[in-house]
Amino acid sequence: MQGTFAHHLSEAAVSVELETEGMTLNIGPQHPSTHGVLRLVATVDGERATNVRPVIGYMHRGYEKLSEVRTYPQIITIINRIDWVSGFANEVPFVVAAERLMGVEAPPRAQWIRLVLTEMARISSHLVFMASYPLELGAATPLFFALRERERVLDLLESVTGGRFHPNFNRLGGVKPVYAAGPVTKKAGMDIPSGFLAETRDAMTKVLATCDEIENLVAGNEVFLARTKDVGIMPADIAASYGVSGPNLRASGVGFDLRKVSDYLPYGDFDFDVPVGRNGDCWDRWWVRLEEIRQSCRIITQAIDGLPSSPLQAKVPRIIKVPAGETYVRAENPKGEMGYHLVSMGGLGPYRLKIRSASFSNLSILPWILEEALVPDFIAIMGSLDFVLGDVDR
Amino acid sequence: MSLELTFWWLLAIKLAVAAAVVPVIGMVIGYAEMKLSAHMQSRVGPYFAGGRFGWAQLIADGVKFIQKEDIIPEEADRPVFKWAPALVMLGTMALLVIVPVHPSPRYGIVRDLEVGIFYALAISSVSTIGVLMAGWSSANKYSMIGGLRAAGQLIAYELPLVLATVGVVIQAGTMSMQGIVSAQVAQGWPFLLTQFIGFAIFMIATLAELTRLPFDMPIAESELVMGYVTEYSGFRFLFFFLAEFANMFSMSVIAATLFLGGYGLWGINPETLFSPIILFAKVGILIFLMIWLRWTLPRLREDQLQTLAWKWLIPIAIVNIIATAVLKVVL
Repeated sequence: MQGTFAHHLSEAAVSVELETEGMTLNIGPQHPSTHGVLRLVATVDGERATNVRPVIGYMHRGYEKLSEVRTYPQIITIINRIDWVSGFANEVPFVVAAERLMGVEAPPRAQWIRLVLTEMARISSHLVFMASYPLELGAATPLFFALRERERVLDLLESVTGGRFHPNFNRLGGVKPVYAAGPVTKKAGMDIPSGFLAETRDAMTKVLATCDEIENLVAGNEVFLARTKDVGIMPADIAASYGVSGPNLRASGVGFDLRKVSDYLPYGDFDFDVPVGRNGDCWDRWWVRLEEIRQSCRIITQAIDGLPSSPLQAKVPRIIKVPAGETYVRAENPKGEMGYHLVSMGGLGPYRLKIRSASFSNLSILPWILEEALVPDFIAIMGSLDFVLGDVDR
Repeated sequence: MSLELTFWWLLAIKLAVAAAVVPVIGMVIGYAEMKLSAHMQSRVGPYFAGGRFGWAQLIADGVKFIQKEDIIPEEADRPVFKWAPALVMLGTMALLVIVPVHPSPRYGIVRDLEVGIFYALAISSVSTIGVLMAGWSSANKYSMIGGLRAAGQLIAYELPLVLATVGVVIQAGTMSMQGIVSAQVAQGWPFLLTQFIGFAIFMIATLAELTRLPFDMPIAESELVMGYVTEYSGFRFLFFFLAEFANMFSMSVIAATLFLGGYGLWGINPETLFSPIILFAKVGILIFLMIWLRWTLPRLREDQLQTLAWKWLIPIAIVNIIATAVLKVVL
């Protein structure tokens, strides 16, 4: 018992310095701004995070495995559900990969239609970003501006493909002919709907006008600037080392765009710029996407002015078998680089299909970029990376 | 028996009117917010619900809330959780007691306190306690962060709010609300013309006190789910919203009284029954401003909010007080 008092005294002296413990905050998988079912396990000290660990897999649907037991036309149906915000853009690199193994090339008109619809998917995906990002920062009104235009674009997509989100419009060797347009015959005359070109031209001017509106509403806003400028800075070398691609990489100052490099679609025939950011902060990522909408409008306008005439479908056998071989096709999707590594053993379906999805790699930088961030900045940074959980988990 | 009402009867009736005003005004402002946001954002419901003017939207929303189950989390501190919404509402109701709607000392105001503004600023902080109670008792981390954010925010913005009114008090030479209005009526112009800095600070601080955008960090749907109201449902949830709308009204009424001349308008005799209408029109303009801002601006970050209060609003308000005091003595 001796010394207890002294012991207590010394303990009291020590406990003057309070021991504090970080609070573990589970953000998600059910949370308004994790874009679906992402879970972040964050250790926060007040409002500042000391450690953030993303937990993914809540939406794993096993598309890579499913592809091994599906035929090629069936796979097209499931892969446009990977990144559902831009369903059409997911289909293209896969069909191009299969076509390359088969030694078939889609006719020019089909390729141009693919290109137009891919750009429309890009516009609609970026418009979703334009809608959701200010909303996550608390401004509700830009949502309605952006979604109104997105609806216009989706209507166009629907008029051609019959689907708003999941077009399932690509075929090996071309695109699906549309009956709805003219007289229902099974011969020639099946093409894109008759009013499509004029409507598209009209819609593109409206989308461009809305881009100006959104810029006026959001970009000049002091509060928005305060929330995004110099927040979540991603240096180019770090971004590249994590495999970040697409608008996120370009916002960091790397002018890398697969549309300029790869030839999966005839982008070489078009005149467009690749917008590049300077600081790699949230503001740049927002700005790059707004510019990309404008560039996509430019591409679409050029494409519908010079749409070549040819059949929509190349000659392919009735039952499609892809010769044995291996190929990798990568494409510039709205979220970033999307690649399909297709291995065929000559059967009705692929032997193995590896999907490299953009959001998965873009999300991998989260622990780095969210370290020492404030909780409100979590939202600003995650939103600016613009990932879709379906694209992360596949 | 004399027809003159005794003092206590009159007081009771006036209090009942003031208490009845709160939910009614809350609903009116709720409807206004719906309609205005619908016009700013092409929302469909408030245009067409019920046929014309979307009149049924508010009723539909109200019925929806009442139908819902009143859920209290198992871990929650039940009495605190239950009483928090009531306390939030109470602060608002108590504020209306000192608002003059007419120059008549007998019928124009519930109680003309000598320390009117002082009372107003003190009692408006009561709702903070309600918010803290809600955040603490919910047994939810998001609620907790929301409640603490609210407390920090309200402490920071109480100061500029108080300092902004000091200029008016110096000019009017009284703290009584009735006195401030009659000073403005007597000189023929509202204090807005000289105290415009004070007015701007007061309005910014008011937005922060009300935790409305761009200062709605305590709720911040995208970060904290719903902040301190995360665990509330049904009627208790509705209570927080009614209290917010009613609070908008009472803070606007005070702003209108202090800076816009209250019920007085140049060229109109304040002794007539136009006085309340004039006051409500001025309040309407202020509320429109708040709603407009809410649907335009994103929200600030917590540290930016504190920076704005401590580094900008408070120094500017102090400079404003010094300038007002010096000019008052010199002129």
